[in-house]
Amino acid sequence: MTSRIENVSRRDFLKAGAGLTLGLVLPGAGSALAAAAKESQGEEAAFAPNTFVRIGSDNRVTVIAKHLEMGQGTYTGLATLVAEELDADWAQVVVEGAPADAKRYNNLLFGPSQGTGGSTAIANSYEQLRQAGASARAMLVQAAAARWKVPAGEIRIRAGVVSHAKSGRKASFGELAEAAAKQAVPQEVRLKDPKDFTLIGRHVPRKDSVEKTTGRAQFTQDVKLPGMLVAVVAHPPRFGATVRAVDERAARAVPGVVRVERIPQGVAVLARDYWTAKKGRDALQIDWDDSAAYRGSSAQIFADYRKLAVTPGLVARRDGDTDKALIEGAKALEAEYAFPYLAHAPMEPLNCVMRVDAQGCEVWNGEQFQTGDQYTLAAFFGLKPEQVKLNMLFAGGSFGRRANPAADYVLETAHIVKAIRGEAPVKLVWSREDDMRAGYYRPLYLHRLRAALDAQGKPLAWSQRIVGQSILAGTALEAAMVKDGVDATSVEGAANLPYAIPNLQVELHTTSKDVKVPVLWWRSVGSTHTAFAAEVFLDELATAAGADPVAYRLDLLGAHPRHAGVLKLAADKAGWSKPLAPAQTGRRGRGVAVHESFNTFVAQVVEVTVAADGGFTVDRVVCAVDCGIAVNPDVIRAQMEGGIGFGLAAALSGAITLRDGVVEQSNFHDYPILRIDQMPRVEVHIVRSAAKPTGVGEPGVPPLAPALVNALFAATGKRIRTLPIGEQLKA
Amino acid sequence: MTRFILNGQKVNSSMPEDTPLLWVLRDGQELTGTKFGCGMGLCGACTVHVDGIAVKSCSTPVSAVADKHVTTIEQVGRNRVGAAVQAAWQKLDVVQCGYCQSGQIMAATALLAKTPRPSDADIDAAMAGNLCRCATYVRIRAAIHEAAKNLAGRGTA
Repeated sequence: MTSRIENVSRRDFLKAGAGLTLGLVLPGAGSALAAAAKESQGEEAAFAPNTFVRIGSDNRVTVIAKHLEMGQGTYTGLATLVAEELDADWAQVVVEGAPADAKRYNNLLFGPSQGTGGSTAIANSYEQLRQAGASARAMLVQAAAARWKVPAGEIRIRAGVVSHAKSGRKASFGELAEAAAKQAVPQEVRLKDPKDFTLIGRHVPRKDSVEKTTGRAQFTQDVKLPGMLVAVVAHPPRFGATVRAVDERAARAVPGVVRVERIPQGVAVLARDYWTAKKGRDALQIDWDDSAAYRGSSAQIFADYRKLAVTPGLVARRDGDTDKALIEGAKALEAEYAFPYLAHAPMEPLNCVMRVDAQGCEVWNGEQFQTGDQYTLAAFFGLKPEQVKLNMLFAGGSFGRRANPAADYVLETAHIVKAIRGEAPVKLVWSREDDMRAGYYRPLYLHRLRAALDAQGKPLAWSQRIVGQSILAGTALEAAMVKDGVDATSVEGAANLPYAIPNLQVELHTTSKDVKVPVLWWRSVGSTHTAFAAEVFLDELATAAGADPVAYRLDLLGAHPRHAGVLKLAADKAGWSKPLAPAQTGRRGRGVAVHESFNTFVAQVVEVTVAADGGFTVDRVVCAVDCGIAVNPDVIRAQMEGGIGFGLAAALSGAITLRDGVVEQSNFHDYPILRIDQMPRVEVHIVRSAAKPTGVGEPGVPPLAPALVNALFAATGKRIRTLPIGEQLKA
Repeated sequence: MTRFILNGQKVNSSMPEDTPLLWVLRDGQELTGTKFGCGMGLCGACTVHVDGIAVKSCSTPVSAVADKHVTTIEQVGRNRVGAAVQAAWQKLDVVQCGYCQSGQIMAATALLAKTPRPSDADIDAAMAGNLCRCATYVRIRAAIHEAAKNLAGRGTA
């Protein structure tokens, strides 16, 4: 992982040939800086030392964020990294989204591609953005030294004030910005020793709180361009179906409907406003051709998967001789775990704004796969990638949905723009029902696990077979992430099981050839199901061994101190060694799970109370997280809280089901997400660490469901193996 | 044609009378702080105040607010309670993606206007119709208590 800080301001300065306000010199020239600067007209951008920082003579420090802010706090995190090394005052720092640029704004963990996902934003930016801040700082110091004619080594910067103690001189960043722009970028900068951090590891207010509490934050849904048309699309009720015939008359008769266009995705109705377009869409009479449609049902898919699960699959991990050891053990266990399709259901239904003309294409979107979508659109319109300008706005949630290698909703917008020959900018708006039924779900999975314990109750053998669709098959990422037929995202969290078990085999059956439901990553990806299967089955082993679930795990985690560390911390803070306080009515139970995802380690202890009728409440969740250096502790806490709520919604009631190819859910009444009265008390404890920081957007999700099911078992003796939990305890 | 009072100003909407108030606000009046989430009154992202009462604007036809006072997130901060709620939200960094938070703040403001010192049960009851996919609920609860405390501390203005 290397990054190079470029002297953008000097190069652009030279190219421009004149002028001192560098951020504004090249509007429309295609450089990232110029594009970024164009966004902020009115700001006096005097100093843009690299692609990530701009300092105005108004003393404002603008951090250019290459990652999408979708709630995970990355604008705050990225700004913290820059401001720390720059020694800026937090209040003078603002953040803006970067334009799409695979060279300058690539995710260092993704290669030459800009994208946000896999909880990588802080992990890949930690050194790059600190270097960006440090080099800007060095140039400010050089400028001050030259102006004051003092040695650079005597100059200090604290909270945005540059000073020289001996001469008593002081200057703000803004006062030095223009002079700093003329300094050479230092070849090497020294980053701070972590003990000198003043922002990293401390509490800083989020950078997006004010906009998001006053209605000013701009989401894609809020974009309005002159002459813009709103498009609402009728999609087929089954995946793969097409339009055989359409009667547009009633739709065209709706006052205000401007256009009706057939596109490969269905039929688009365009109007000046959403409600008119929706009325038009709802008035369409469409005869769908189901001849190529997928007509499977969830029940049948599970039945087919069960048959596959008893046959050998492709091997993802093989330690020892599992088949032999399964027969030789003193005690054998077997269990099957079932997981439904899940919709992301972000609060902002999917949408996209686009316009195209001879010069290029411009997009306004909560972009999670910036350059992937940029290249897809360039190919679609016959443009060069740099002719596709992406304006990255806040996303009203995503949870993976806006990072689609198939670029589904972005391409749908492009087809509409093309159908009207670019005559107007188009805002595609999906209704909640469109969003819920459009596919790209967390795949349905079935796991079959078998184990053998030795005479002391220790696991001797562990066999896990996973059956489900591949997320990456058929995508541009297949070559990189599907090895020997095994999609890494199908087995992550299983193939790297941390427990010391001498005979261990993980196998995979990929069903993508037969099951044609569009699937995608969903917050924490493979770990959404592998953590459940592993941590519930391990609990079953502990029960069979008559062992305490925490002690049993710790005994097997000798080689994995970070797993053990969070497990011990969560158990300790939850008071695991003491009995749970009884409830006035109902049975109480406590369960635990520990899981690593995206190099972050999380353990959770869940406490429940189960009523006589099988209804239950989740009372408290104690969470311990080890994500290396805690850049923004409060953001980490927020992501653990949110991850717990997100995981809880899926565990309680999350399920998309198919019947004869038709998705049975449509809105929040039949695909409920968590309500405030279901939210438990949450305590988050962060492990002190000197390791490089890793992500927190996803890792809070996986342990919740298994810890909850283990708690329900502790309370009732009933083991739930099928998600969602639903009414199973009432049966 | 529907006339109503929007954030203290008289406005006329020429959109059809069955148009939901949400779309009159967003597409007609260009006030985009009020959000579209479900279109069925199930998620609360579209919550506004009609004569001080929290109402789901996605399922309220504009004709139903004729001659009434409609307040949106853009102006709720002019109200003492609304300002306290926004300040508490900022102090505790409640927001994540932020898309539902306009509705959360409108619902919380209506709650505190009626129930100045709500219990957790009051909060759960009043806020159960406002969904947050990021599950910021721990902080929503805490911020409502914080706003209530600050409002009580400053006395009745």
